[in-house]
Amino acid sequence: MQHTESKPAIAGFLQRRPRWAPPAPLFLLQPVLRRIVHRIAENNPDMFGRLGPHYRAVFVIDPVNLPFVMLLRPDPDDLMLVARRRNEIPEQDARISGSFLDLLMLVDGDLDGDALFFSRNLTITGNTEAVVCLRNALDDIDNSIAEEVADMFGRPGHAALRALRRINEKQETQ
Amino acid sequence: MIRPELVCPAGTPSAMRTAVNAGADAVYCGFQNATNARNFPGLNFTVPELERAVAHAHAGGTKVLLALNTFPPAGKVDLWKEAADTGARLGVDAFIVADIGVADYIAHTHPDIRLHLSVQAAASTPESIRYYCREFNVKRVVLPRILTVPEIKLMADEIPCEIETFIFGNHGLMVEGRCSLTNYITGLSTNMDGVCSPAAQVEYIKDDAGNLSTRLGEYTIDCFSCNESAGYPTICKGRYLTPAHDGPYYAFEEPISLNLSTLLPDLMKAGVTALKIEGRQRSKAYVKSVVSAYRKAVDSIMAGQDPQISDLLALTEGQKETQGAFKSKTWR
Repeated sequence: MQHTESKPAIAGFLQRRPRWAPPAPLFLLQPVLRRIVHRIAENNPDMFGRLGPHYRAVFVIDPVNLPFVMLLRPDPDDLMLVARRRNEIPEQDARISGSFLDLLMLVDGDLDGDALFFSRNLTITGNTEAVVCLRNALDDIDNSIAEEVADMFGRPGHAALRALRRINEKQETQ
Repeated sequence: MIRPELVCPAGTPSAMRTAVNAGADAVYCGFQNATNARNFPGLNFTVPELERAVAHAHAGGTKVLLALNTFPPAGKVDLWKEAADTGARLGVDAFIVADIGVADYIAHTHPDIRLHLSVQAAASTPESIRYYCREFNVKRVVLPRILTVPEIKLMADEIPCEIETFIFGNHGLMVEGRCSLTNYITGLSTNMDGVCSPAAQVEYIKDDAGNLSTRLGEYTIDCFSCNESAGYPTICKGRYLTPAHDGPYYAFEEPISLNLSTLLPDLMKAGVTALKIEGRQRSKAYVKSVVSAYRKAVDSIMAGQDPQISDLLALTEGQKETQGAFKSKTWR
């Protein structure tokens, strides 16, 4: 969600896994992710009720075409969303893997998770019940999470979101 | 031709609002317990959520149908009775029931609220449906997905209540309301606990080649090669090795979804009064796409135009669709 331009290079980057990429400067990402997860939690407190006993589960969100993964622990009292390099992933309860754009649209309620699973564009491993709870919790959010995040970054944030959505629409029509 | 009611799934309050906005005439939903057949983790409504949802739906002119469509185990009927009392207090428009004890309780305790007979009751003959109508004042029957359109037309002429048929979603050709396959492996019942393939017992294992194995409990029930579409982790849609067949095959059903968009005009002419979209376990993205598509199709037929049929293949299980037994008994 840090991309600010809709250029073909970005589209290509998001659509395929790079053969080589320089180490991502993850330390820059951490405070941004922390802000994002706290803002979403603040705006959508009801979602935690749907997590049931799995609110302390650690989810690995794996955008397969990016050089890092994100660790999510949706505990309202101890929220965590951090980026980790692929060789630094700790023990986890469940892993959700897909392209960055698919995961973004999924979180935003624009794509159906079951359909992504049927098409094999989404992979789930680990605790399936925890994943189902997380999916249902996120799906019950009325507002667009992507819009909420874009709001945090003002005009550049909305420009980036528009660019990502254009890329997604282009992918869907191909 | 009567204008059929479009009955749409609502697994969460947000999905319900989505269905209302997309043009649902009615939504169906359930509480977060065993009283409904989609008792999945994180899904369904709390009492306060349903109260707000009923108000929202009614403000949009949409009816709310409460699914109490599982079978109470012996000695545990109170949960179903309480759910019915709560639904009545919140102002739902109808109850969808499967068990005759639940039907009897509602018919006597809340006689002013409509009773719909769930597909889980598996009533598929005029005689059985007439019995439910006579004894419990059932106003509508949800027909099992085993009848052809001509058979539905014959049925409509012989029963004193409305007919609701599935038009999209789960194929569901098992004897609905009598499926015990999931019990065999997990110990939990589709029809009593509301749980088909409980997620806590489902595991997906992907190997280095990209093949995906699905396990339920201690059993592997399918393996999808890397480029193969996947289906739900249900026993009825698993592939099995048996001495009677070469290689693994779908012994019961295959992963496929029902899509009756091209049969809509025939269904409407046959006297179907409500068209049901399956999928309370699906996302609001699914609800928005499918409800919008069928809203357009039904409205165009009612306007005397050719139905506008949207492509919904991407949303179907296994990315395959069928008209199932509605088109022909030799559907497979």
